[in-house]
Amino acid sequence: MIPLTHFLILGAILFSLSVAGIFLNRKNLIVVLMSIELMLLSVNMNFIAFSHYRSDLAGQVFVFFILTVAAAEAAIGLAILVALFRNRQTINVQDLDELKG
Amino acid sequence: MSFAIPNFLPAAPEIVVLTMACVVLMVDLFIKKEQRFFTYLLSQATILLALLATLWVASDATELTFNNGYIRDSMGDWLKIFILIITATVFLYSRQYLKDRNIDKGEYYVLGLFAMLGMMIMVSAWNFLNLYLGLELMSLSLYAMVAFDRNSAKASEAAMKYFVLGAIASGMLLYGMSILYGLTGTLNIADVQQQLTTVPEGLDIAVVFGLVFMLVGIAFKLGAVPFHMWLPDVYHGAPTSVTLFIGSAPKIAAFAMVMRLLVSGLGPLHEHWQTMLIILAVLSIGIGNIVAIAQTNIKRMLAYSTISHVGFILLGILAGTKVGFASAMFYTIIYAFMSLGAFGLIVILSHKGFEAENLEDFKGLNDRSPWLAAMMLLILFSMAGVPPTVGFYAKLVVLQAIVNIDLVWLAVYAVLLSVIGAFYYLRVIKLMYFDKPDTQQYIKTSIDVSAVISVNGLLMLALGLFPGALMAICLAAMN
Repeated sequence: MIPLTHFLILGAILFSLSVAGIFLNRKNLIVVLMSIELMLLSVNMNFIAFSHYRSDLAGQVFVFFILTVAAAEAAIGLAILVALFRNRQTINVQDLDELKG
Repeated sequence: MSFAIPNFLPAAPEIVVLTMACVVLMVDLFIKKEQRFFTYLLSQATILLALLATLWVASDATELTFNNGYIRDSMGDWLKIFILIITATVFLYSRQYLKDRNIDKGEYYVLGLFAMLGMMIMVSAWNFLNLYLGLELMSLSLYAMVAFDRNSAKASEAAMKYFVLGAIASGMLLYGMSILYGLTGTLNIADVQQQLTTVPEGLDIAVVFGLVFMLVGIAFKLGAVPFHMWLPDVYHGAPTSVTLFIGSAPKIAAFAMVMRLLVSGLGPLHEHWQTMLIILAVLSIGIGNIVAIAQTNIKRMLAYSTISHVGFILLGILAGTKVGFASAMFYTIIYAFMSLGAFGLIVILSHKGFEAENLEDFKGLNDRSPWLAAMMLLILFSMAGVPPTVGFYAKLVVLQAIVNIDLVWLAVYAVLLSVIGAFYYLRVIKLMYFDKPDTQQYIKTSIDVSAVISVNGLLMLALGLFPGALMAICLAAMN
């Protein structure tokens, strides 16, 4: 039996990776979208571990909803990305500098 | 386990909006571009129906339904009523603007209705799952609305920034929720509160760990410094009719989220989150007011002003008393109406091929249209907190709540920064009244828009003279 802490540490590592992926990445917006997905998955890891450990189903139900919302979010994110690329011909994070002040 | 059919009645307003939004979506497919007015009318009818449903189910008693995942209480009823009124006004103001820019698609109203539904769910959520779903329904609709003008590079950049930072906020909030779920073993807000009153020895640090993540998520959504980066860019880049929407109704929903999560769910941790909110409030009021002075774009300026107003709302909440929460609710509602009026005027002054988004565009407004200038004057005075407008009273009650818990230094700081902040509101008034206009172009407004903007502006004065009724509602909502 793998102890709960192992799962929580894995969740925390995935979460940190995703945050680092969003903030350190200066090149490609697709990587940002991937990091956002990873962030939601790390939360799912936490929920499932807790749900199993506490023998409470609510956490697993929550995970299904997060997965569904993540799919919708990815669809909207990619749609905005396509619109952005059509208008700017670039998806480089550093080029998103028209709005500032 | 048996399945009991829940009582659907308390959720009647949401059910009405959901059904009608789907109807609007379908109907819009079958009508021609010239008949778009019909979609608009149908959306307004939806809001009217939802308003009637809200009034129908409203009562002083608190009801729980859907396995205790949904709450209908006096605070929720009032917040929903204001969300509905504000959304209806947003649709009214935006119609001509959308038409002029050739983006008057039915999707604008459908997305608006779904965002409104998300806000209503946030207001009534009584467990973490429902709250999250309401929040995402609102956010996803708003992302799409920001990117609505597909050919605008600015709008798509703003939408991308909003999307990425909004997704991070949701991720943070969820991570905090997962920690608290692990510690308490429940998603229900009342049960979380009950579990947290007796935290076992050694686990309190873990509880605060979860709280921090949740608070970061909330601060992102509210736009409190240092999590405010998205706000000026989104306000600036989005079509003004969408900025009008984002700047008003979602603030009320965000307030409800703070009340449900922090005050109800994490209430036992008040001493922990009070300190964190003080930091957020001090930074928001400071940076919001000071950076706003440097702006030349009025949408950006109002975005920074939003940040400072969010600081004031947080002041009321961190007081942690009934009067404090009531004053924060009062401030939020008033702020939503001020924002509605200010952005509404920007929308009205814009016309085909021209955005009235720079401060210069307000030059000599008094010569061009004295009445609109007077309305803008009232709204800006209210934002700055000049008596007898209602903004003064809103600031006063928040500061009173702060002084009552012996945080006098915080009140003094907020007053000083408000005085600095008054500068950039007064600058717009100076431009409107004492400068010569660059153009003498006639400002065309339809009768319904003129009437509503007049009510909006005069409301600032009327509520300022007689704030008692609204304040009594807010106080009663906190019982």
